[in-house]
Amino acid sequence: MPKATFRIWRGDASGGKLHDYVTEVSEGMVVLDAVHQIQAEQANDLAVRWNCKAGKCGSCSAEINGMPRLMCMTRLSDLPLEEPVTIEPMRSFPSLRDLVTDVSWNFGVKKTIRPFGPRPADAPDGTWRIAEGDVDRVQEFRKCIECFLCQDVCHVLREHHLHEEFAGPRFFVYTAALEMHPLDTENRLGDLRGPQGIGYCNITKCCTKVCPESITITDNAIIPLKERVVDEFYDPIRRLLRGLRSG
Amino acid sequence: MIRTLQDHGIHRGIDVHMECTVLKLLTDDGRVVGAFGYDRERGRFRLFRARAVVLATGGIGRAYKITSNSWEYTGDGQALAYDAGADLIDMEFVQFHPTGMVWPPSVRGILVTEGVRGEGGVLRNKDGRRFMFDDIPDLYKNQTADNEEEGWRYTQGDRNARRPPELLTRDHVARCIVREVREGRGSPHGGVYLDISWIKARLPNGEEHIKKKLPSMYHQFKELAGIDITREAMEIGPTTHYIMGGIRVDGDSQMSTLPGLFAAGECAAGLHGANRLGGNSLSDLLVFGKRAGEHAAQFAKRQAPGKIDEAVLEATVRAALAPFERGAGGEGPYKVQHDLQDMMQELVGIVRNDAEMKRALEGLAALRRRTAQAGVAGNREYNPGWHTAMDLNNLLTCSEAVTRSALERKESRGGHFREDYPSKDPASGGLNIACRKGPDGEMQIRREPIPEMRAELKGIIEENG
Repeated sequence: MPKATFRIWRGDASGGKLHDYVTEVSEGMVVLDAVHQIQAEQANDLAVRWNCKAGKCGSCSAEINGMPRLMCMTRLSDLPLEEPVTIEPMRSFPSLRDLVTDVSWNFGVKKTIRPFGPRPADAPDGTWRIAEGDVDRVQEFRKCIECFLCQDVCHVLREHHLHEEFAGPRFFVYTAALEMHPLDTENRLGDLRGPQGIGYCNITKCCTKVCPESITITDNAIIPLKERVVDEFYDPIRRLLRGLRSG
Repeated sequence: MIRTLQDHGIHRGIDVHMECTVLKLLTDDGRVVGAFGYDRERGRFRLFRARAVVLATGGIGRAYKITSNSWEYTGDGQALAYDAGADLIDMEFVQFHPTGMVWPPSVRGILVTEGVRGEGGVLRNKDGRRFMFDDIPDLYKNQTADNEEEGWRYTQGDRNARRPPELLTRDHVARCIVREVREGRGSPHGGVYLDISWIKARLPNGEEHIKKKLPSMYHQFKELAGIDITREAMEIGPTTHYIMGGIRVDGDSQMSTLPGLFAAGECAAGLHGANRLGGNSLSDLLVFGKRAGEHAAQFAKRQAPGKIDEAVLEATVRAALAPFERGAGGEGPYKVQHDLQDMMQELVGIVRNDAEMKRALEGLAALRRRTAQAGVAGNREYNPGWHTAMDLNNLLTCSEAVTRSALERKESRGGHFREDYPSKDPASGGLNIACRKGPDGEMQIRREPIPEMRAELKGIIEENG
């Protein structure tokens, strides 16, 4: 059976380095299979987070040959195996150990987003009536598996470390799903403009490129939200009206 | 549904201890008073004092080589409850789902939803024959289509049509697939064909229809197997999917036989009898998860805090850290796990018999000895080798319960099929097989009559004909 070299980052918050492991590869293998094989045969304590192995749980995010990807959905046949395959943890989050990162910052951000606020029920039995077409728009956003690859690749977080001022693409998608829901009555535009810092996004579309669920993050979620923020706060006529009202 | 629940929970102020594994349920005076475990991130031990505990740990799929379950399905809840003194029942009833992926090897076992057959997908052997028409059990003859046309109409919503034989119970379809493969009529990689692409001949926009109705299956095969299911047939075979048995609970409160310990979802037993039907797991966990939570809360309010036995905590810590003392020179935990999976697959799988299961019991004893010698390298921080070494004990307890219960049930029923007793035995139909930890630490197996159904429930069943 042919062999390939996997160059895996091992270490923790205090530092680490790449280690080479040579293992057998067979037809149909994905990167996560190779990592498991190395773990079972050569390095029992190699830390990797994973769960469904079918691209649905969003646990096995990593950087493979420098690209943020799910290890379970990256087939070895799509990689040049004559060179070592480099596998590193997501770099935008603190390292815990080896390929496992601390993504708890994301869960904290989610808590700050105003929850779904539906309008009063349309029928006496407590149910609503909505047109399928109206709710179709948010279905795409609900495909998100929270792998946080979009957060990993976003330069606002990765290069500029603005974790305190910027919610990141994942949470703009999440907010878009709420804002565009036909039943929702909550207004999140002030939060987007303020603490969630949507203005930092300069639409380089890196998040869209790495999304394993192919969500059109920039075009369908972030840009419409930016437009709503602009309409709300920067439209000159509205500004004038606001000024007149308050005067 | 998971995300909606999660979103709701976040704003209710619920604390979630992510990646935290429980090693021991703590008891005081015959009731549960807490749980003791560790966090994966740092390997720190954690004590949770609680007046009630609800187990929702899922199944035991990782006891088998081919499974649709993730690494977490190591029977933790069942083993914790058993070790604390609760009863397990129906452990012989393991469901093998007929359609898991078989190729490539790395995805073997991943589930292919029943929805494919529900939308008109058909099973064929290598000769192109729809073999499910060849073996329709007498019990289901009246409800099953005897021709392809009627089966197709059923999948398209015709209420007067009978269902196609592909939608017979999972155990039966799984055994038919095993038979086709054993008799040399399987596909190149040891499965059979599941074809949804043929519906293009029936529906003008078939390709779009398949993508719309089965988006995740389209994606799964495209990404993992390089197969376009709108054009080609899938190769599928049985995969360990679900255990009907588990922790014995009260049908109303979901409390186990150990006061203060509740269970819901797959780790609880009873609701699905010997065989679960498609879709019922989700309704089970929604309805009985809610009930378990409500009853646990009521129970907790009535209790005073219990006493934590320090000696138990110390013993649990000692046992948990023992693999580090043996170090990398000890028995490799992954190797033991793989050997267990191979053995259960071969000896206590879809088709069982007395001799093989007795061999499995001997094998389990040997694996237990090896587990006691398991060693790991490294430290406690996010160390999967260590976690695997500890999970082994749970897998072994559950595997033993499955095997002993399956030996005890000398008939075939639901998910449990014995080639040495291939028919149903009416007398056994009134019995549950129960497992309990004896005073000597050995597993005791008992045959117990199924409790009689309450009159008002009987009434409901009669009303609905």
